Order: sequence, then structure tokens, then C-alpha cells
Amino acid sequence: MALAKRTLPNFRRTESLYAWLMSSPALLALLLFVILPFLIAIGLSFTDQRLIAPEPGQFVGFRNYDRLLSLTVLTLDPLVDENTGAVLRDANGNIEYPRSRSILRTEERYAGFFDWFGFDIFEKRYVIAAKDPTFMQSLVNNIVFALIVVPVQSSIALGLALLVNQRIRGANTFRTIYFSPVVTSTAVLAVVWIFLYNPDIGLINQALSSLSFGLIQPINWLGDPRTALIAIIIMAVWQGAGFQMVIFLAGLQTIASELYEAASIDGANAFQRFRYVTLPGLRNTTIFVLITTTIFAFRLFTQVDVMTQGGPVNNATSTVVFHVVQEGFRAKRLGYGATASVVFFAIVLGIALVQRYLLRSSGDTN
Amino acid sequence: MTSQTRSESPDGAEHKKLSFKSVRRTLMYALMILIVFWTVFPIVFTLVSSVKPDRVIFEDLRSIKAFLPTQFTLENYEQVFQRVPFGQFLFNSVFVSTSTVIFSIFVNSLVAFALARLRWRGRSLVLTIIIALLIIPFEATAVPLLVVVNALPWLEINVSSGFQVQLTQSWLNTLHVQIIPFIADSFSIFLFYQAFLDIPKEFDESAMVDGASPLRIYWSIVLPLIRPTIATVAILQFLVRWNDYLWPVIAVPGERARPLTVGIASFYTQTPQWGQILAYAAMITIPVLIVFLLFQKWFIRSVASSGIKG
Repeated sequence: MALAKRTLPNFRRTESLYAWLMSSPALLALLLFVILPFLIAIGLSFTDQRLIAPEPGQFVGFRNYDRLLSLTVLTLDPLVDENTGAVLRDANGNIEYPRSRSILRTEERYAGFFDWFGFDIFEKRYVIAAKDPTFMQSLVNNIVFALIVVPVQSSIALGLALLVNQRIRGANTFRTIYFSPVVTSTAVLAVVWIFLYNPDIGLINQALSSLSFGLIQPINWLGDPRTALIAIIIMAVWQGAGFQMVIFLAGLQTIASELYEAASIDGANAFQRFRYVTLPGLRNTTIFVLITTTIFAFRLFTQVDVMTQGGPVNNATSTVVFHVVQEGFRAKRLGYGATASVVFFAIVLGIALVQRYLLRSSGDTN
Repeated sequence: MTSQTRSESPDGAEHKKLSFKSVRRTLMYALMILIVFWTVFPIVFTLVSSVKPDRVIFEDLRSIKAFLPTQFTLENYEQVFQRVPFGQFLFNSVFVSTSTVIFSIFVNSLVAFALARLRWRGRSLVLTIIIALLIIPFEATAVPLLVVVNALPWLEINVSSGFQVQLTQSWLNTLHVQIIPFIADSFSIFLFYQAFLDIPKEFDESAMVDGASPLRIYWSIVLPLIRPTIATVAILQFLVRWNDYLWPVIAVPGERARPLTVGIASFYTQTPQWGQILAYAAMITIPVLIVFLLFQKWFIRSVASSGIKG
């Protein structure tokens, strides 16, 4: 008894010592390579620090955030003939408006704003101006990318998972093949797809042309700002679906087969079994897949950097991460790039909090 | 008469059901094979075209011949080796990926062991911090990480001039800048932590009574029990490192330490010869595909477990 009393605190102390010893390599590395850069990003976002500059940057308060996030709307009335009071029209009969660019340049309250885009409704022109239109366009591109990729890729992945989950010969081989683009490097595939997307000789246009008997004209996939983002989306879905397929497959295998048997005995058909057994059983898997795909959509970088460099024109395929690299690294505006990094982190954090909330509410009902 | 029809009708129903089933099955296979074509066509096209001269690639594009090896030449491959230090890039990628994986397994499982099996002050705080770090995507810290690694010193040992040790500044343009920052990984720690929690406590308690140190328990009792998790961490880390593009683009602008991914992107901008570009792409893809096919069960299990636990 006396012996135990004496050795136990001693043992605790060695256990504690060992714990710190075993943890220290990882903790030091995380501190140096994750926590420190993260804190530096926040710190730099309040300065105008340059990437390679001997002198430290100046503290600029929230100026970087203001520049990154400022948006305003200009409402323009049509130009009117001074004598008749009639609305002026150009040669094509379109209403003429004052030039938004000159207003943005001359009026004090619009200092620092640039044209982003505009539209006409009911004889009025609305111009959305931003202090950093490239960032706004990047954000919109990420959102469009996510809005298309998340539902399309997740449904394809679920379909693939259902196909290879059947007890049929060769199911494992099909699963392996469907998964293979996931292990192939994105940078390599991006280069290969540039060739596939070539407007004159690319396989995609050749296939579209011969399948439609020449009806579909060659599409300048990556060279046209209207199709460039879609082209990247198609490639991303092609490569990524296998990943979510495997996660859905793991989810499908957790659903007890008794549930399907019971449903069959009750007379449920295949669709009803899917709707009332499979889908509810996959609830948490689906939330996980949707959230991770959304976060993945906001991390889009490699395809853009290799295939379009954000272009072809007007930042048609720029993304938030691409903007971070362009500003913080290539243009050497470290402080501003850090600001975009912090905003990017806030977006990802927001998405992750939605996931937490959704998964928690499922815990309450079960 | 009646008995005959009676005995016949269930038979007919059975037959109908069977043929319906086989039609359904045939359609299913047709669909699955169609998806196979869609999935593999870029990869097959790359492999097949890489052994054709450019002229033949372009001729074959107009028909199904694009997917058939109508000619065989290794000239594209030879040209790649002549034009760029492909061997160097390959070595860089292999070295970076494998050494990150090896260090990663030990460093991350050690801290996970301490968190899951030892009682110490600060344990829950450290665990909370590591779980919080899971949410920080690499892209959010990449540019500031550049500032950190640029300020770090390194001891360069010059073998050729009699093991002279030289203190250098900045990690940019090196192999270790692609390794050391990625060894500690909160997601790997989390996977190891979960695996260690699943092992019954009695295992190490009895060893502790026998006087075994925590390090010994870790090494000879607990670590051998979590081999599947080691494989998962190794595969996931390897895939991320091997395919990484963003970090080498900004941290390794020079050629000496360049990995294959950045190599192909810059090769593409240097040459209009698609046969060579596709040969380059094939040489990166083939080894990974072979490793994947050999260990495909492990690959798929790894991704699946990353979904369930993450």
C-alpha cells in the first residue's frame, strides 16, 4: 500500500513527461507551419507589406478589407435630349446612358470603385461597381462552380455507388475503374484536357460533331469566356465523382439489409426502397459529401492555373484561391493577398459550421 | 386440362421474370461499360497517343483510331528526356512524397498515442487545438507560409568539399521545403487518435504493470494493431503530396527541386508538340496507376474511412 502511494505520482510524472515528449515534434511543426502562418495572415491583412521588401509594411487598418469587399450600385437615368426632353437612342435603337466609368472617376463618393457589370431594366441602367471587381468575379465563379458541381457530382457519385454496390459479377472491377481518375494528378489531367478541349482538333469537339452529324459547331471551350468555366466544371466532375462514390459506397454498406428485406415484404418497389430506406440511411453521408464538395469547390486552383490562368478574358475563370496567389505571390502584394486568404478561410469556416449544425440536428432526432 | 394450365402458368411467369431480369442485367452492364468509356477515355487517349508521331495523332483524332495504337514509337519519350531533366523531376516527386509519408506516420501517430492513451495535463487543450486546425485549408495559409519558410535557416552539408557545413537562409527552391511543413497533419493525427481509442485499455495497462515505458507500449503493442490506419494515412498523404501543385508553384520556382506536376505545366507552355506532352503525362500517370491497381482495395478503403471519420 505504501509502495503504491509513493510510486503512483511518480509514474504520473513520467507519463506526463512522455506525453509531452511524444507530442512535441508534431506540436512544434503545427505551431510553426500552420498556426504561425495563420496568425501572420491575419496580421499582414492589416498592413501594406510587400512580398520581397526589406522594410516592414505600414499599418493600414481595415483598408485591405474595404478594398476587397466594397460594392456599390449606380443607378443611371437615360441621356435626354436637352431641347426636346426625349430619350436618346443610338443607331440600333438602344437607349443611351451616361458612361459609368466617368462617373466613377469623377465623383468623390465613388473613389476607388471600378465597373464590375451592369444591366438595364425599365429604362434604367444599374451598374454594380466594386473596389476589386476581380475578387468579386472570382467569388461568383466559385459560387457558380459550387452550385453546379455539388448537386451534379454528388448525384453522379450516388448513382455510381448504387451501380457498383449491386451483387453482380465484376462490380469491384467497375468500382476500381470509376475511381481511377481520382488517383491521377490534377495538373496532368488539366494539361490532357486542354488538348481534349482544343476547338479544331480536340476529341470533345470531334465527338460532338460526329454524334450530331455535324450539327454542333466546334466550341472554343477554353477560349470563350462563356464556356471556359463550364469546361473546367465538366473536367472537375469527371475527375472527382469517383471520390464521392467511394464515400457513398461506405455509407450504403452501413444500411442493414434487414431494412430492405422488410420493405420488400411490405411491398415496396425499387424506387420506394431507394426513397424510404436508402436515402434516409445515407443522410449523414450525404451531408458530409455535400459539405466537402462545397469546400472543395472553393479551393479550386490547379485546373484554373494550368488551363486558363483565370481567363480567357475578364477573369471568366478566376477563383478566390487563384486571386490569393495572383495578388499575394505573383503581384507581390503580400498584405492584400493575406486579406484574401483570411476571407477565404472565413468562407470555408462558414461552410463547416453549416455542416456541424446539420449533423447536430440529426443527432437530436435520432 | 385444368391441372395442366395450372402447372404451366407459374412456369411461364417464372420464365417471363427471368427474361425481364436478364434484360435488366444486360442494360445495367451496358450502362456500366458506357461509364467505363467515359471514365477512362482521357487516360487511354493519353497512353495510346504518347507512342504515335504528332502527325498520326492528328490524323487519328477524326475516328475511333484515336484510341487505338496505330503506330508505335518511343521518340516522344526520348524527346522528353532530352528537353527537360525528367529524371530529376521524377526523383524529386518520389523523394518528397515518400519521405513526407514516412515521417508523417511516426510524428502523427506519436502525438495521437499521447492523446489517446496517456493521462497528462494539457491533453484536452491540445486535442481541441488539433481538431480546430482541421478546418484550416492549406490554401488559406500558403502565402504566409512562404514568409515563414523564407526566414528559416538550414544547415547545408556539402559532401563534395569534405563535409563542409554551411548555414544557409531560406528554404525556397529546396526539397525539404516540400517535406517538413507537411509532416505534421491534423487530419492524420485525428485518424490515428480514433484508431488508438478503439484498442482496449487492458492492452497497455497490463504492459504498464510489467514496467513497460509508454514509448515501448507505443512501439511494440499499439502501433502493430493499427496497420490499416497506417496504410490509410500513408495513402492519403502520398496522394496529396504527389499531386500537389499550389505549393511547389510558389515555393519552388527553380528547376532543381521541381516536382513532376509543376514540370508538366511548364513543359506544356514550352512546346507545341502534343506527342511529347502526352508522353510526359503518361510517364507521370503510369506508375501511380500501377501502384493503385496493385493496392486498389487499400486505396478505396482509405478514402472511405476518410469520409466516415472525417
